[in-house]
Amino acid sequence: MSSDGVLTRLGRSEAASGLAMISPTAVYAILLLAAPLGTIFLYSFLTDGYLEIIREFTFANYVEAWTNELYRTVMLRSLFVSLTVTLVTVLLAFPVAYFVSFHVDPSKKALWLFLITIPFWTSYLIRVFLWKVILGYNGVVNSALLWTGITSEPLQWINYNVGAVVLTLAHAYAPFAILPIFVALEKIDRSLLEAGQDLGESRFSTFLRVTLPLAMPGVIASVLIVFIPTIGDYVTPQLVGGPEGRMVANLIQLQYLKLDNYPLGSAIAVSAMAIVTAVSLLFLFWNRRYLKGNK
Amino acid sequence: MRGGGFRIYALFYLLFLYAPIILLPLFAFNDATVIAFPLSGFTTKWFGEMANNPPLHAAVKNSLIIAVSVSILSTTLGVFAARASTRFNFPFKGGLMGLIMLPLVLPEIIVAVSLLVVLLGLGVNLSIFTVILGHVLVCTPFCIAILSSAFQSLDRSLEEAAYDLGETPFSTFRLIILPLVMPGIISSLLISFTISLDEFIIAFFLAGTEATLPVYIFSQFRFPQSVPVIMALGTILVCLSIVLLSLAEFFRRRGIARSGAKDTGGFL
Repeated sequence: MSSDGVLTRLGRSEAASGLAMISPTAVYAILLLAAPLGTIFLYSFLTDGYLEIIREFTFANYVEAWTNELYRTVMLRSLFVSLTVTLVTVLLAFPVAYFVSFHVDPSKKALWLFLITIPFWTSYLIRVFLWKVILGYNGVVNSALLWTGITSEPLQWINYNVGAVVLTLAHAYAPFAILPIFVALEKIDRSLLEAGQDLGESRFSTFLRVTLPLAMPGVIASVLIVFIPTIGDYVTPQLVGGPEGRMVANLIQLQYLKLDNYPLGSAIAVSAMAIVTAVSLLFLFWNRRYLKGNK
Repeated sequence: MRGGGFRIYALFYLLFLYAPIILLPLFAFNDATVIAFPLSGFTTKWFGEMANNPPLHAAVKNSLIIAVSVSILSTTLGVFAARASTRFNFPFKGGLMGLIMLPLVLPEIIVAVSLLVVLLGLGVNLSIFTVILGHVLVCTPFCIAILSSAFQSLDRSLEEAAYDLGETPFSTFRLIILPLVMPGIISSLLISFTISLDEFIIAFFLAGTEATLPVYIFSQFRFPQSVPVIMALGTILVCLSIVLLSLAEFFRRRGIARSGAKDTGGFL
């Protein structure tokens, strides 16, 4: 037998074993993820009839989703809220990730990361509800302000608005932002920083010209990991947003569960996914700049 | 102490992260129906009220059934995918893995509505079972992330040695690979259990009339008089998650130590 034949056979059998091994998980994902996503994509082109769905191809749902004043406002607001949350979380998270990577003793790094991640894993629903309790009219902040005599009337502007949604989401996704930045910072070869300083750069300019560019892929990863789930968040706008803070997930829920309009709900969901994908691709494109110099 | 200014900032940041959670036990033991300062007195009656609350008990039971099934199913699916992706090269690997990991970056509401549409279209009644289907989908990527690092640190020569000594692929897996990745598997079971126990949106859409614990909690937010009980319940849940996570972290570290690799940090 030629060595060529053995190699092809080996390759074929490895491909076959790999496919066989992954097939249970892959079949599950195809049946319960790919097929349902395909279905709502299909639904978004159908017409909502009374009690049933009319199988007739149309773009009307998309026209409605993109031109109706109400839907457009909610989508723009979702985009604005999640971009703000992303900016705030990533800016606040970077110094923490930097501290853990550069200043914490290696044996204590895992402990710090564990402490940072714990709040993320504790009941999301209860954490959001706690913000409602903290910011509410009779809430913790107001009662504390009244009790200490700082104000004589409860502040009303702190709850049920976009600001409360941003604060709550920024708090909820904070740990998510730290980890990718930390991983990128950990990978930086420390001798590069010494080289920078030996060549006469100050610590700050070394940071700007060496550390920051090398950390950029991690920053972009954390931007994506915060931006994508926040735009589709349902619980926070529902609990602390009030009527002025509703976001796209609340709209989707309304169409599906309350108004029973599956095609329009699907069109809104697909549009939201398209926006998320477009913005994510922009960020990834931006990231390529930094990956190029990093080979 | 190194990094003076950064250390102070990081400590404040941790305080901000923990602030709401610290309030939880404060009001769970406070003797007042309104959640506000000043605190009025110590009581354990809110914990007592949970004892005779049949809808709560039903929700806890549903959630536990779901979480146990989900952790077993998603860890099993995770083992297949993690093993396949770390050990073999095969066609469509990137695409298939991308699809499997997609729920990690897909807003959960999209997963929820798309499953809802298909299940209702097929005439499946919404129940605990449909919630399990959805939760497995979102938990599997987390399991794969944990299990991949366990499988990655395996030394392939151990496996080859077992083959040379006459073991079959299956007995090699059972006798050599499984014991080595066991800590990863336990960690994955615990994490998926925690995620499922906590998950709200998918359960909200797919549970029908069989409310899970988060769905029950969400329904209680409308009634101001039940808030203190929710605080008490939240305190228990937070303690439970911390215990589960500490266990998961313990096993994850043990797994890394066992395979002799360097610890690179957290779960994700």
